[in-house]
Amino acid sequence: MSVPVLSAQNIGKSYGSGANRFDALKGVSLDIAAGESIAIVGKSGSGKSTLMHLLALLDDPDSGTLLVEGTDAKKLKGKEVNRLRNQDFGFVFQQFFLTANASVLDNVVLPLKIAGVPPRERKARGMAALEQLELADKAKNKAINLSGGQKQRAVIARALVNNPKVIFADEPTGNLDTATGAVVEDILFALNKNNGITLIIVTHDIELAARCDRQIFIRDGLEDTTESGIPRKRHAGAHAGAHA
Amino acid sequence: MKFIDIVKTAIANSFRSKVRTGLTVIAIFIGAFTLTITSGIGTGVTSYIDTQVTAIGAADVLTISKAADSTSSATEGPAAYDPSKATTVSLGNGSRPGTTIQALTAKDITAIGKTTGILRVDPSVRVTPDYIEYDGNGKFELIVNAAATLTTADLAAGAQLDNSSTTDEVLLPTTYLKNLGFADAKAAIGKTVSIGITDYTGVQQEAKATVIGVQNETILGVGAGLNQHLTDGLQAIQVTGAPAGASDSYATATALFDASSTAAEITAIKDDLATQGYASQTVADTIGSFQTVINVIIGVLNAFAVIALIAAGFGIINTLLMSVQERTREIGLMKAMGMNGGRVYTLFSTEAVFIGFLGSALGALAAVGVGSVVSNILADGVFSALPGLQVVQFAPSSIAIIIGVVMLIAFLAGTLPARSAARQNPIDALRYE
Repeated sequence: MSVPVLSAQNIGKSYGSGANRFDALKGVSLDIAAGESIAIVGKSGSGKSTLMHLLALLDDPDSGTLLVEGTDAKKLKGKEVNRLRNQDFGFVFQQFFLTANASVLDNVVLPLKIAGVPPRERKARGMAALEQLELADKAKNKAINLSGGQKQRAVIARALVNNPKVIFADEPTGNLDTATGAVVEDILFALNKNNGITLIIVTHDIELAARCDRQIFIRDGLEDTTESGIPRKRHAGAHAGAHA
Repeated sequence: MKFIDIVKTAIANSFRSKVRTGLTVIAIFIGAFTLTITSGIGTGVTSYIDTQVTAIGAADVLTISKAADSTSSATEGPAAYDPSKATTVSLGNGSRPGTTIQALTAKDITAIGKTTGILRVDPSVRVTPDYIEYDGNGKFELIVNAAATLTTADLAAGAQLDNSSTTDEVLLPTTYLKNLGFADAKAAIGKTVSIGITDYTGVQQEAKATVIGVQNETILGVGAGLNQHLTDGLQAIQVTGAPAGASDSYATATALFDASSTAAEITAIKDDLATQGYASQTVADTIGSFQTVINVIIGVLNAFAVIALIAAGFGIINTLLMSVQERTREIGLMKAMGMNGGRVYTLFSTEAVFIGFLGSALGALAAVGVGSVVSNILADGVFSALPGLQVVQFAPSSIAIIIGVVMLIAFLAGTLPARSAARQNPIDALRYE
């Protein structure tokens, strides 16, 4: 087996100190192979978002080690971490995080701008990404004027524009209606199948999780191995207690 | 992120919240406007004085008077009468009525003459002619500018006064020409005018003098200039019939020293005179003290402008802190996408510098516009008696310095918000709802 893209070994993270100390993640291990799609499933407050942030190098674990293509993340220099975030990772967020008054194209090429790509190439690659998501005709529109589904497609275009190896998606369908959500899901899984992009989805939606190759269930900061990937009703995850 | 993209993004960001940026720009505008105007006035007045006194003709002349009597201080009352001291004389022209100083006597003149470094000393005589007349065109009052021989006049025509000449020379201001009946400045040169003066016994006598030059109006005393020969002649008429010793006291004396003296040598002469009880001033001292006053006024005005700018600096801090707050997510997103803290810092600093540039450039531009218009209006109105005075003048270099300084203040003001932006943690920023 080849070296996993990301490998977490017993990683933990806590916030605050003293009486206010809160252990968000108490020790989770997982390996993510290149090209696979994986769902991190849990209720809000379970620690699933913290796990994703640690995997995406947006935060440093307090305990355990994280290997990025076999290299300890702690040993990576700030510059190298920034390069990874910029070129190897793409992010899709529930709240979109689009700059409202900037054009769709400007939003999409932001990672290229940060990378220092010259304007002409930026525009060409940005348009190509928008083309892929059938948003080319909206390139000049202000981001604020897009519908929810269009916004999420613009966000995916932004995540794609640097040809990343891994896309992190935090509740990608959370703000969308069922039909639009399904379209966005299809786009993400198509990218995973056709372009070989590793897909890491954080969700509490079991149906979405079931479409992934593999599911990791997180509960109270630990991996819950009693869970299974059987799809059930959408609101099922909202109830407390174990799901057998 | 490339620098050019940072600059472009910073400029675009500063226009995102137009009202807020606009108000900050106005604050900076006021400061920069004031600073530009005051520096313009400084440049204008200084350059006017410089043209007025360019090539101070008599750099080798000291004006000497008795030093103020130290014994008659405000707390101890007047000093005891000393019959060996000369009576006090009024300083006359320019001083408060009734103001007196100790007069210089013939003995003092001799003592000054013996001081090392002094080549020659002449008591300053003040002649008070009654009228001036040319070619029977009517008699007009003649005001004598006693300082005329000490400075090089700003000539409209003719030549400077020659103190070593044995002819009687007069230097007329341009304002005298029309009344006396001259067509223009050139027409007056070489013509003979009559000067009337009353002697000690009350009899009016007349002396002839040649117009050697015509001078533009200056701020260093209005009136006509007379050369030494003419002054001596008029003085002789003035004291005709006076009892011996009546004219033997002078308010001031002018002493010549070697023109090649160094500043240290001049100071030595002045110190020497001071120990003997005489106050002395070179022409440069007189003009220097004049310029010092103007510089102090300009300095005070500049200080107010700088205070305004510092207040504007806090406006920048406020604007940018709000901006950082508002854009927390955006900053977090950029950092999540691999933008390093340094670039984020540069982005916000650039925005501050741009706001500073906008305010100062607009302020300076408006100041140049308003200043030029006002200056022209004043030159034709209030200051029309002072030809050549442009009260507000702008030096490109000082405007560039002002804009530069304002941008620096803006940069310093932007440091705090830019640092807080650079320190944003992408996680905290993205979790921020």
